[in-house]
Amino acid sequence: MIKTIAAGLMALILGTAVQADGVMRMAVTTSFHNSGLSDVLLPAIRDDLNLEVQLLVVGTGQALKLGRAGDVDAILVHSRSAEEAFVAEGFGTHRREIMYNDFVVIGPATDAAGVATADTASAALQSIAGAKMPFVSRGDDSGTHKKERSLWQDAGLQPDEFGPWYASVGAGMGAALNTASGMGAYVLSDRASWLNFGNKGDLAVLFSGDPVLFNQYAYLPVNPSRHDHVKTELAAQLETWLTSPRAQDLIDGYAIDGETLFVFNATGG
Amino acid sequence: MTDLWQGLVQAFWLVVTFDAELAEISLRSLRVTLTALVVASAIAMPLAAFLSVQRFRFRRHVVALLNALMGLPPVVVGLVVYLMLSRSGPFGVLGLLFTPTAMITAQVIIIVPLIASIAHQSLRDLWQEYHDLLISINVTRRQKIATLLWDARRALLTAGLAGFGRAIGEVGAIMIVGGNIDNATRVLTTAIALETGKGDFALALALGIVLVALAVAVNVAIHWLSRTEREGRW
Repeated sequence: MIKTIAAGLMALILGTAVQADGVMRMAVTTSFHNSGLSDVLLPAIRDDLNLEVQLLVVGTGQALKLGRAGDVDAILVHSRSAEEAFVAEGFGTHRREIMYNDFVVIGPATDAAGVATADTASAALQSIAGAKMPFVSRGDDSGTHKKERSLWQDAGLQPDEFGPWYASVGAGMGAALNTASGMGAYVLSDRASWLNFGNKGDLAVLFSGDPVLFNQYAYLPVNPSRHDHVKTELAAQLETWLTSPRAQDLIDGYAIDGETLFVFNATGG
Repeated sequence: MTDLWQGLVQAFWLVVTFDAELAEISLRSLRVTLTALVVASAIAMPLAAFLSVQRFRFRRHVVALLNALMGLPPVVVGLVVYLMLSRSGPFGVLGLLFTPTAMITAQVIIIVPLIASIAHQSLRDLWQEYHDLLISINVTRRQKIATLLWDARRALLTAGLAGFGRAIGEVGAIMIVGGNIDNATRVLTTAIALETGKGDFALALALGIVLVALAVAVNVAIHWLSRTEREGRW
């Protein structure tokens, strides 16, 4: 009987999965994946290029780190200054803008801080800080977190000096939204993650539309002169595809509840 | 309450309709954990027997260390394995990061001390019984170890199942070293973490129910196959 168990185990272990020829790894931000766009693009990429793109869904900070270490072949993130530094330090060959979406300020529908009536993103944040209403921050060095910090700075405020109403959760967008939903707190989110989020509770979009809230996604292939095992050719194929009219149709056409999420803005290479 | 109920309903439908993705994820969970269990047992059980029969200077320290390592935090193991296997780490050339092999490696490290400690407990007791007999018939050390392992096989099964239980429900380490890649390294626990992040509690709970059922099924199956807990038998 022990032999039966052993045989069963061996059969299970030996039957390891076979993988396709073209396999590359790309680190993407949680917002790209949580929005559901990746579920539309990846099957199309597989059909068109016979290329399997394995996604590592992390914050922008970790995505850049994965690229630096050479653990991925390309990254798709949204934090311009960090991306430019990545290329300047020679870890990425170049930076190619693909598309954008926007950030929105989410909060309890009762809106005790009066964010909905603000004219600018800065004014919205100032009213939250003024009312000392609970605010959930990503706190994970992601693109969204970097954006939030820069918005506080624009508003003339220092998050480090905030009181206990400012909760830094150190987690992904979904987890931060879950926390905000549980606390009835304000939170900055990208629109795509918000629309695809299943546990909205009493939360609603209170402020959006300020141009400073636009969120540009860029594609950065990892530099093969730093890491010679990087699949440069596949990364280049993917870049061509991502900037093609086919990708434009899919990206511009992607909508949740009738709302378009992303706007394709790649320029011809 | 609605989430709980929806989770139960969804779990039921996922299982009865034999959802292809669920089957793939569950199978990968089993494959990773059972492989880790086999490798870990192959290391831990002989090690436990060796520690029982052999007297050497730091034996007590090694046993104490093994016991302490039972509480090894998976997330730390994950981080260390990650740094080792990363392209910029010492074993980077192997290109193992974000593969099932990396996940198996992390799980082996997590459960070896657990299996070895539990196995050592029972082997030590058995050795006290067998000591005089085995010494008197003058067997080699290898034979002593083999005898102990064979005669304590029921207790070793418990040790193995404890290791399985710890590994199948583990998420911290395999999330870091596996990366939760769809169709490549996503397993039940990381899928649950992902769906919770998306706020889809019903699906997360459904996956959780499947995970618990799977763990129970494996335990029952192994007990049944090895005919323990039956009337009239030891």
